[in-house]
Amino acid sequence: MARKISMKDAINEALDQEMQRDPTVIVMGEDIVGGTGSPGESDAWGGVLGVTKGLYAKHGDRLMDTPLSESAYIGAAIGAATCGLRPVAELMFIDFMGVCLDEIFNQGAKFRYMFGGKAETPVVIRAMCGAGFRAAAQHSQMLTPIVTHIPGLKVVCASNAYDTKGLLIQSIRDNDPVIFLEHKNLYAHESEVPEESYTIPFGEAAIVREGKSATIVTYGQTVHRSLDAAGALAKDGIDVEIVDLRTLSPIDTDTVIESVEKTGRLVCVDEANPRCSIASDVAATVAQEAFKALKAPVRMVTAPHTPVPFSPALEDLYIPSAERIGDAVRQTMAA
Amino acid sequence: MSDKIIPIIMPKWGLSMQEGRLAEWHVKEGDVIAPGQEIMDVETDKIANVVEAADGGLLRRRVAAEDTVYPVRALLGVLAPEDVPDAEIDAYVEGFVTPEPAEGEEEEGPAYLFVETPAGRLRYAERGGEGDAIVLVHGFGGDLDNWLFNIDALAASGHVFALDLPGHGQSVKKPVGLDDLVDTLEAFMDAAGTGPAHLVGHSMGGAVSAMLALRQPGKVKSLTLVDAAGLGEEINAAYIDGFVAAESRREMKPVVEHLFADKSLVNRQLVDDLMKYKRLDGVDAALRAIADSAFADGHQSALLGERIGAADIPVLVIWGAEDAVIPAAQAANVPGARVEIIPDAGHMPQMEAAARVNEVIRDFLAGI
Amino acid sequence: MTATTTASPTRTGDNPFPLGKEDLLNAYRTMKTIREFEDRLHVDFGRGDIPGFVHLYAGEEASATGIMMHLTDEDRIASTHRGHGHCIAKGVSVHQMMGEIYGKSTGACHGKGGSMHIADLSKGMMGANGILGAGAPLACGAALAAKKLGHKGVGISFVGDGASNQGMFLESLNLAAIWELPVLFVVENNGYAESTSVDWAVASDSYVDRANGFGLPGVTVDGTDFFAVYEAAGEMIRRARDGGGPSLLECKMIRFHGHFEGDAQTYRAKGEIEDIRNNRDCIRQFSRHVREAGVISQAELDAIDADVAKLIDDAVEQAKAAPLPGPADLTTDVYVRY
Repeated sequence: MARKISMKDAINEALDQEMQRDPTVIVMGEDIVGGTGSPGESDAWGGVLGVTKGLYAKHGDRLMDTPLSESAYIGAAIGAATCGLRPVAELMFIDFMGVCLDEIFNQGAKFRYMFGGKAETPVVIRAMCGAGFRAAAQHSQMLTPIVTHIPGLKVVCASNAYDTKGLLIQSIRDNDPVIFLEHKNLYAHESEVPEESYTIPFGEAAIVREGKSATIVTYGQTVHRSLDAAGALAKDGIDVEIVDLRTLSPIDTDTVIESVEKTGRLVCVDEANPRCSIASDVAATVAQEAFKALKAPVRMVTAPHTPVPFSPALEDLYIPSAERIGDAVRQTMAA
Repeated sequence: MSDKIIPIIMPKWGLSMQEGRLAEWHVKEGDVIAPGQEIMDVETDKIANVVEAADGGLLRRRVAAEDTVYPVRALLGVLAPEDVPDAEIDAYVEGFVTPEPAEGEEEEGPAYLFVETPAGRLRYAERGGEGDAIVLVHGFGGDLDNWLFNIDALAASGHVFALDLPGHGQSVKKPVGLDDLVDTLEAFMDAAGTGPAHLVGHSMGGAVSAMLALRQPGKVKSLTLVDAAGLGEEINAAYIDGFVAAESRREMKPVVEHLFADKSLVNRQLVDDLMKYKRLDGVDAALRAIADSAFADGHQSALLGERIGAADIPVLVIWGAEDAVIPAAQAANVPGARVEIIPDAGHMPQMEAAARVNEVIRDFLAGI
Repeated sequence: MTATTTASPTRTGDNPFPLGKEDLLNAYRTMKTIREFEDRLHVDFGRGDIPGFVHLYAGEEASATGIMMHLTDEDRIASTHRGHGHCIAKGVSVHQMMGEIYGKSTGACHGKGGSMHIADLSKGMMGANGILGAGAPLACGAALAAKKLGHKGVGISFVGDGASNQGMFLESLNLAAIWELPVLFVVENNGYAESTSVDWAVASDSYVDRANGFGLPGVTVDGTDFFAVYEAAGEMIRRARDGGGPSLLECKMIRFHGHFEGDAQTYRAKGEIEDIRNNRDCIRQFSRHVREAGVISQAELDAIDADVAKLIDDAVEQAKAAPLPGPADLTTDVYVRY
């Protein structure tokens, strides 16, 4: 059995191993080292939540603290990627995307296509996402639909440490721009992770729980909420299958459809807001491609059409809960 | 308490199993069970398998419920002759305590160990027992967990070691050929201090074990060859190529189904675990190098039957009758060897018919 | 057209300029090619031959040429929407450029980018850009890569007076200064951002002050004077290559055509266009200087003019005859591998 480590440590290990393997990999972001240029300790923070701690000691100035200047340094990472480096740039919170969105979606995402196939932009932009941390409206969003929408970007959002390490290594080795989302609420979540380097292909969903009654399709934190719901449903003889998408672009539609053809019922769970969400994307695709397999209408369980509230009482209502997920499954069973 | 009461308990498969789900009973209260009879299906997070009765007798009580998870060694059922009163059986069930790990078993220590050899770091497992060393050598694309239904049983016959060969499991990953594997097996035995050992090799591991026995007869006390490579030219090259080439679950599943007579044993977890292994850095290169060395152009390159037969070493050959990877006819290719063909089993009888294979090996070892 | 660097000034009694005769002829050829390319597009666009929009560089040639002559393919430039001049000076194929503007599959980007996105990474041209100011961070990235990979390449970011207000540009000044990146920021101040005059948009009177405020040195030159641009740029690029960090060069210049083709330019003063064409034509200035110094003859310049005219004619003819991309090309090259 492989040792268990947290998702946070899995990210650190992936970065470390790839930096050892490939000298063109550099890592940049705000406070990813912490304390550089200051009179106190270097590596004072190792990232705002300590994810990159210890890397500076091993890899020195291949880790670069940046000024508070996303459009400049995210743009620089993207530009450097077209010039022979493989930068991993941290956008501290995906919510900060607004200040550098042009560089991401009009520049990095489009170079290959606009330049007729003659550019490669092997950049990884890591960003924290998701709610439950009591970080309030501007630090808690699940903006997956926005980046998934853009042709030319790849989007990853893993639910566990094993997937995180493999997908981050895959992202760094990949020659396209990747938005690598890390759910901040899952940083401490542990699973078995091999010490060796390994990859996981994009566009391959994982079946986290096999079942026959209904299919839940989701990603990130709500994978675990769905597992909680599954436990309660099992007591009533409802046996759900849970598909963890892992990557949103490319997305593994085949596995979703296979599962729906087996169960006939689909619940899409998404921590993003409901309009143009991943849930609605999957629901529409299944309705188009596998309508005859459906025994009941597809149900979507998402956050409400609101910003993320601060008060814990409200934030807990915002995130799709095991109860809401369970209710949605029961609705498909009753239909 | 009558000593005629015999418990049926949750088995322990492999080193890390903590609990299993009793999926389905195949017998009911009042049935008379013969040893070896299939009595229940058990699932763990790694594998599902049918449990064969260790003991025979009248099934008086089914204690465990279907579709429920129980810890390893928990009481699942009770065998007792008809003359044992129900009250005594009730008392037995009430008073049964799931045993803590027995003394001598290193449950607190790591289940897996590592050792350095000239080839690199190797992972292995060790199950202490009295007597000579028994070294289990897995096949192409496998690892020491291929022996999870055998390690405990064989520990009753000797001191069991099971290693991950280079390119496999958690051992060093680099391109190697068949000869390198033989060297490494020998180096492992030296480093782990096994002393002269009984080798049990499956598939490619059988060829590796046989080659070591021929090279170093002083280090090998006996050879058990389970669906072994090295005894004939023919091999299912499509299986080897398919295994090496598979890049997804979808591609791997039909390949792996070749390994078993009962294809339902190939569950999602098994395929997922294989893909996780294949995606480790260096595995593809290692597998290709081994395949090129051992199975170039679609046939086997090492042919050892005659030489093993001529050597002064006891040999047991076990083969699943329905082996779809290496034909069972090759079992006859070691002159003078004891041969056991296992019906209703494919290329991995040590998993599909574990109880029978364990019994045969233990019997063979006892007779040396 | 390949840009060359001249290692050292070759001022002699016969040649008072900081470039040898061959380089002077190349400079003229480059500027003339840009002028003819743009003027030809002006005519053909007016006839309705060209899809979309074009933004013409005519009148600004001395800036692109004076700077690019110090660069090799290892150096990278990030341009603006008005990028044809930068492309030609950096060595991008005129035929491929024309093909791209016509949306043909023979274009530099196989017809998928168009005028505003012409790029040739093999020549260090990181693309014309439809988002003004977006090239500045990209040029910082190119410079960062050069530093990390250990070669002497520099990154050049071109912006106009309008984009010099863009947050991305200003952030890049700071980033380049704080990371000591080998970048040259070039503000091509032609007085107008679309229809908005620089006086109406840029609060600071001096780009030198603006640069200094961000921690890097700045210089202002007459952007219609090839030699002024050449010398100032040369000094800044040399310093950057030697690890001296970034600088800002303001080239004060004029553009002959509108912001885009079809722009009636009613925001200009009466007679302004005629005046700049007569009095601030950088090619006429250059030509006069080199002839008056006796270094180059009119006949030599005429020969180049004839060459260039042929080149442009040929490029247009080929572009018109070339095939359009087909339906299968619609979905290719979104990713390296999806």
